[in-house]
Amino acid sequence: MYMKGRKVATKEYPVIWLQGAGCTGCSVSILNAVSPRIQNLLLDELVPGQRLNMLFHATIMAGQGEPVIEVLKDTEKNRKGGYVLVVEGAIPTAQGGAYGSIGEIDGRHVTVQQSVEELGRSALLTIALGTCSAYGGIPAAKPNPTLCKSVKAVFDEKAIETPVVNLPGCPPHPEWFTGTISVILFSGAEALDLDNLGRPKLFYGQLIHENCPRRADFDKGKFAEKLGDAGCLYKLGCKGHYTYADCPLRQWNNGLNWCVKAGSPCLGCVEPEFPDGTSPIYEKITFEDLK
Amino acid sequence: MSTRIKIDPVTRIEGHLAIEAVIDDGVVKEARSAGTLFRGFEIILQGRDPRDANRLTQRICGVCPTAHATASALCIDDAFGLTDKIPDNARLIRCLILGSNFLQSHILHFYHLAALDYVDAAAVVGDLAPFVPRYEGDYRVSGEANAELVNHYVQALDIRRKCQEMLSIFGGKMPHSVGIVPGGVTERPTEDKIINFLWRLNEIRDFVDNTYIPDIIAVAKAYGDYFEIGQGCKRLLAYGGFDLPTGKLFKSGVVSPDLQLQPFAEENITEDLKHSWYADSDSGKNPAQGQTKPEPNKKQAYSFLKSPRYEGKVCELGPLARMVNNYVQGDSKVKELIDSTLAQLGAGADALFSVLGRHAARALEAKLVADAMVDWLQALKPDEPIIVENKIPETGEGAGLTEAPRGSVGHWITIKDKKTNRYQVITPTAWNASPKDDKDQPGAIEQAIIGTKVKDKDNPFELVRIVRAFDPCLACSVHLLDARAGKLGQFRVV
Repeated sequence: MYMKGRKVATKEYPVIWLQGAGCTGCSVSILNAVSPRIQNLLLDELVPGQRLNMLFHATIMAGQGEPVIEVLKDTEKNRKGGYVLVVEGAIPTAQGGAYGSIGEIDGRHVTVQQSVEELGRSALLTIALGTCSAYGGIPAAKPNPTLCKSVKAVFDEKAIETPVVNLPGCPPHPEWFTGTISVILFSGAEALDLDNLGRPKLFYGQLIHENCPRRADFDKGKFAEKLGDAGCLYKLGCKGHYTYADCPLRQWNNGLNWCVKAGSPCLGCVEPEFPDGTSPIYEKITFEDLK
Repeated sequence: MSTRIKIDPVTRIEGHLAIEAVIDDGVVKEARSAGTLFRGFEIILQGRDPRDANRLTQRICGVCPTAHATASALCIDDAFGLTDKIPDNARLIRCLILGSNFLQSHILHFYHLAALDYVDAAAVVGDLAPFVPRYEGDYRVSGEANAELVNHYVQALDIRRKCQEMLSIFGGKMPHSVGIVPGGVTERPTEDKIINFLWRLNEIRDFVDNTYIPDIIAVAKAYGDYFEIGQGCKRLLAYGGFDLPTGKLFKSGVVSPDLQLQPFAEENITEDLKHSWYADSDSGKNPAQGQTKPEPNKKQAYSFLKSPRYEGKVCELGPLARMVNNYVQGDSKVKELIDSTLAQLGAGADALFSVLGRHAARALEAKLVADAMVDWLQALKPDEPIIVENKIPETGEGAGLTEAPRGSVGHWITIKDKKTNRYQVITPTAWNASPKDDKDQPGAIEQAIIGTKVKDKDNPFELVRIVRAFDPCLACSVHLLDARAGKLGQFRVV
C-alpha cells in the first residue's frame, strides 16, 4: 500500500479543492451527503477534536479574484505537508494547459495543470475525486481534444510522490468521500486500503453484479429485451459484471434509488475505461471485447 | 483616478469564465466576458452511438444535467422519428425530473451562490473559511434579520438536497440521472412512488412559499438600488420547455425591449466566432450546420464561448426571459405572481430588468414550477406505457430545444451510418456570457455591466452581483481597466 508510513499529525485538515476539466457534478454530489451533512463537513468537528477547514472551493467560497488565488499560494508555502488537496475534473495538458485556467495572478492565467502540480507537490495527500480526476473520464475520451490526464498521470510525469487516493464515479457517491475522510480522521491516512487502481476497497471492493437485486434474473436467464422491462439488464448494455462499486448496497440520494433499480444499465462510471471502454452504453459488452 | 481591476476567478458560479471591462470615471465603459475552460464535448460525441449523447451530455453540467438529458432525449426522439409517439407518462415523468432539478438549482443559486454577496455570514459563524476572505463594506442586513438569513442558508442546504432525493425517485440518481432516455423514461409511475414524490414536493413548496420568496423580498427591500443596476440588453428569448401532454409550461418567444412579442423560429439562431477561440470559417452558421474547431491562439478572440445571436441580435435567457414571455402571452398565473410581487415592492415593470428583477423572477418561477408539479403527478397513469420502442436510423437529423434552470438549451444532431456525425450544443450561458459578435455587439452580461457605477474599486460588489444574478454556468473573472489612463500595466487586483 503506498499510503503506508505517512503518519498524520495535525488535527485540523485544511482542504484545497480544485476544479479542472469537469462539470461540478462531484461537488454537487458531496452537497447531497446525508450523514454527515455538508454543513457538518464545513462547520463542525467531524469527530471530536478533528475538523476540516475548507480554505478553497470555487463553488462555495465567499471571496473571489486574486485574494482567493493568494489563499492557494499561501497554503502551498506555509502549510507544506499539512493540507489535503481534492481535485475534481481532469487536467487539460494540451497547449501548455491553455484549455483550463482557475484564475489569474500578477496578470497571468494560472492553469489547472500548474495548480495541480504545485499544490500536489506539497500536499499531505491528494484525493482524486471523480472519474475525470482519477482516470481522465469523459474529457479524456477519444479523441481527447485537450489532452486531459488524471492526477496520478500528471504526478508521475513530474515525479510528485504525494499519495493519491482515487474516488472515481461520475459522480462519486457522497459517502465514498465522507467515508474516506472518516478513515483518515479515525485511523489515519495510512489505514486506507486501496486496490490496484488506487481506490479504497471499503467502497470499491465488490462487483455491482454480485450484489445486484436483478442478479436472480440473470441466474434464471430472465433478461430485459428493452428499457422499462423487468429482468436483468445485461443485454441492454449493463456493465455491472465488470464494475466495482457498492451502489446496490448503499444506493443513492439518501438510499432511495440507483441506476439499475431505476431500470437503467450500469454505465461502469467508476472504471478507468469509462466512457470509451464502457460504450456503446446500450450494447452488450463481453469480457472478450475488453481485451 | 485611473485603475484597472481584475477579478479572476469570480467564484460561486458553475465552471470557468473570465470578464474584462474598461472603466472611465468610476463607470464601466466596456466589458469582456470569456469562458476559460474548453472540453470539446461536441468533438468527443462524433462517431459514437447516437443514444449515448443522452448520457454523455449530462456531464456538461453537474448542476443542471437533467436539462441536457431532456434536450438530448428530445433531439434523439426527433432524429429517430419518435417525437409524436412519446407516451404521456414519459412526458410527465421527464417534466417531473426536470422540475425537481429547477427547484434544486434555483434554491442553490440564491442561497449558496448569490446570498453571500448580501448576507453577512461571517458575523454569525465567525471568520471561518470558506466564508472569508470576501468583499467588505456593503452588507446591509444586520442583527436578527441577518442571523435568520444565515440560518436559511443552512436550512436551504437540506432543502436542495431533498430536491435531488425527490428527483431520484424517477431519475435513479443525482447528479447525472438515468431515468430520461430516448423514447421515454425507465421508471414506472407506481402509486407508492407518486405519493413519496408528492410529500417531498410539499415540503419543498412550503420552503419556497414561506422562506425563499420572503427572503428575496427582504433582500430586495435592503438593496433597493439593485432594481436599477444591471439592466442589460432587454431582449428576452425563450425556446419554451416542459413538454406536457397538454402543451408547454413555458412558452417560446422573443420579447423586445418595448415588450413586443415575436414568435421564435429556430432557424434564426446563428453563432458568431470572431471573438471566440474557434476557426472563423464556421462563423455565422446555424447550429444545425455549425462546427467546433478550437484555435486557442486566435487573435481578437478572448473566449471559449461562441456568440449565439437571434436574427443577429443579443438576447438574455433565463427565468426573467421565461416569466416575461409567459406574462406577455397572457399566462394568468405568471401575471398574478409578477404583479403582486411588484406591488409588494412598490416597483414598476421596468424594475424587472435588473439584478433584483432576475432574482425575483427566479424565485417566482420556482413557485410556478413547484405548484404545477402537483398537477403533473396526479396526471400519471400507473398502468400505461412509459417508453416507445426505437431503432437507430441509418441517417437522420434532430433538434431538441427546452429550458434549463439558467435559460434555454438546444441540442442538434446529425446521424450518418447509425453514428453521431455531428452534435452541437448551445447552453443558456453561451448566450448570456457570450463575447462580442462579428458586429462587435457585446453579449448580455457584458451589456449589463457596461454603464455600471462602481463605488469601491477594492470591493466591486456591483460587478459580481450583476454577474451572479444571471446564474452563469462557468467560473468568471472580471477585469476593469480605465479608458483614460490606457496603461494596461497598472491595475489593481481585487
